[in-house]
Amino acid sequence: MSASSHAPDQHHGAAPVGGKIWNGFTASLGILIFIMVAVLAMRFLRGLGAVTNMNDGYPWGLWIAYDVVVGSALAAGGFTVAFITYIVNRGEYHPIVRPALLAAMFGYIQAALSVMFDIGRYWEMWHMFWPKYAQVNSVLFEVALCIGTYTMVLMIEFSPVVLEKLGWHRPLKILNKLLFFFVGFGVLLPTMHQSSLGSLLIVLGPQVNPLYQTTMLPLLFLTSCIGMGLAAVVFEGTVSSLAFQRPLEKELLGKLMSVGLWFMAIFLLLRFSDLAYRGALPLAFKPTFVAGWFWFENVLFALPLILIGSPKSRGKRKRLFLAACSMALAGVFYRFGGYLVAYDTGAGWHYFPSVGEIAVTVGLIAFEILAIIIAIRMLPVLPAAGGEKPVVARSSLAARGRVD
Amino acid sequence: MLTRREMLKGAAFSAAGAAAITVTGDAEAREARPMPEEALGLLFDGTLCIGCRACIAACKDVNGMPAERTKLEIGNYWDAPLDISGKTLNVIKCYRDGAGTHKDEVKDGFAFTKTSCMHCVDPSCVSACPVSAMTKDPVTGIVHYSLEACIGCRYCVEACPFGVPRFTYDTPFPKISKCQLCEPRYADGHFSACAEVCPTGATLFGKTKDLKVEVARRKALKPGDKTEFPRGRIGGTDSYLGVIKKYVEHVYGEKEIGGTQVLHLSGVPFDLLNKPALPDVAPARTSETIQHAIYRGLIAPLAFLGGLVALAYRHMRPEAEAAKPPPAPPAPPAPPAPPDRRDEPEGDEKDGGVP
Repeated sequence: MSASSHAPDQHHGAAPVGGKIWNGFTASLGILIFIMVAVLAMRFLRGLGAVTNMNDGYPWGLWIAYDVVVGSALAAGGFTVAFITYIVNRGEYHPIVRPALLAAMFGYIQAALSVMFDIGRYWEMWHMFWPKYAQVNSVLFEVALCIGTYTMVLMIEFSPVVLEKLGWHRPLKILNKLLFFFVGFGVLLPTMHQSSLGSLLIVLGPQVNPLYQTTMLPLLFLTSCIGMGLAAVVFEGTVSSLAFQRPLEKELLGKLMSVGLWFMAIFLLLRFSDLAYRGALPLAFKPTFVAGWFWFENVLFALPLILIGSPKSRGKRKRLFLAACSMALAGVFYRFGGYLVAYDTGAGWHYFPSVGEIAVTVGLIAFEILAIIIAIRMLPVLPAAGGEKPVVARSSLAARGRVD
Repeated sequence: MLTRREMLKGAAFSAAGAAAITVTGDAEAREARPMPEEALGLLFDGTLCIGCRACIAACKDVNGMPAERTKLEIGNYWDAPLDISGKTLNVIKCYRDGAGTHKDEVKDGFAFTKTSCMHCVDPSCVSACPVSAMTKDPVTGIVHYSLEACIGCRYCVEACPFGVPRFTYDTPFPKISKCQLCEPRYADGHFSACAEVCPTGATLFGKTKDLKVEVARRKALKPGDKTEFPRGRIGGTDSYLGVIKKYVEHVYGEKEIGGTQVLHLSGVPFDLLNKPALPDVAPARTSETIQHAIYRGLIAPLAFLGGLVALAYRHMRPEAEAAKPPPAPPAPPAPPAPPDRRDEPEGDEKDGGVP
């Protein structure tokens, strides 16, 4: 396959899909975004309590647990694919670098937007980046700084696609010379904040159930997010190949999943040996909701190993897709587990997201999907039908032959 | 070209990176924080409290906190908050069992307890706050809140194991509320309002080291003994003759998460008073030990970055592209074997790309 082109500017073969942007589906996304804006208007006029169920027992709700913690982890495909392609130097993954970076960029934009909605005194948010207020012992300080920087790095990593579209060759040339730095930096940053998203829970101490509270949290979050990111790439790749009638990079996606399998196995090994070491394992066999949740997660983590453990099974599209869903959901449930289910700050506190909170989360996801659709239609992101030649046209529908 | 070797190299490199980033920090664990020499605090002796709630009213008054309407079985009240909140910094709560006739007894008894900031020696809120809005005074040890710095992220609310910092959810201009021991009132000879107005000395203000001596003195006496109980602040002139009741062994706050400057004595076990059972080690200490191990001097991240950038440079420069042999056809380099055993490179592609 296209192992000969290595720098991101040489994604010959990527081309805009073209076509109409507005149809029934994208219009419904627009409606969901509109509902979100209405809820947010209420939130900014009347305060967080007016639209959310957050309280002093659960000061962090859906917006942090899903939009920030889960959302950014699902966007981990950006750095894992960049790592495999440019650091490990496996050029065959080129066709999926751009879609992965695109999804990652909007995943992180979604997380950043969500933080702005969630933070009570949002007009002071710049304090996070102002030396006078810096608090280097705070895990959240590191997370905020790192996510903020990485969102910008993602934009830089993705900008060649935009420059290419605009035909700005000079800036593109300069950028391409420097891109190696941003690729390296863009791998470091997520390893830092994805692990720190786990470390955030350590200071909560005994309020987090011992099934989840451990000094291994940073490693558990890092390993699970790699699986989530790769699975999300496979998910998005499968869906977009169907939606835009592009050839499915099945073989590549299968290989990505086999990398993911490793991390599922490492996660489970780490998790159970740590639980055994701390003597917390008996808690998993108590008839509690947390324990049930814990086992459900573990099943989701283990399922991909069973589904696509053999290379043959990775050739089956449906299995691959199912395994990707399981791998992604495993990390999603693990994060909800740590941040909400296993968090117990004392008797009398309850939390379940309000309709308003859910509407905002759904609206943000709709925004992310809509932005990705528009980008895919207008920018050279997906591999064009027709293979290696620098394709400019939007000859999208023809099946893509294998170049051997 | 891309072979197993290359893959292993990458894997080894990332493993080294991960190891560098998660170096075990045991040797350099962040030390436990000592109690500041002149630390200020409160002693709450539940056996002396009569539940008059004068402290709640005084606290609201001097701190300019708004009244709260509370729905109770007997009607709605403006002066009976059941818990601390964004509008209330201090409450007295009551334990009651059965007939509720015997003070400071578990069976058919009742007992009072106070909820307010414990002013931890190693506070989770201070460690958590990303913008230095929560700070611990190096001299008095008072945990201060700065509205000016706060961004309203509520990580302090999330982190505090005592559930103390509270947030105002009902306003577009929210803030965090917590007891700061009335420090602005010290200049003109006042001290914490709750202790100032307490008629029985159940809440006593003073230096934590003096309060600890007082705790030891009370616990050394026998139930029924008569003794002088100081009122207001320790070392002051106001005191009265009272009777020592039976205390439980545990002094709440002495060891909890590395110790607190506010101490509690009680006649009934603290779990009945809904005081959380906490470990001796401060979660802030654990958290910071790990953060420091990973980020100390930014050495590990910078080394990792150097390696990443060097490899990215090597693999992305144009000459590298030119020098590369042409892509080898089918047999793709073997992906890493998943833990369950499997045989190596083999053509798992039956059909070409779809559709």
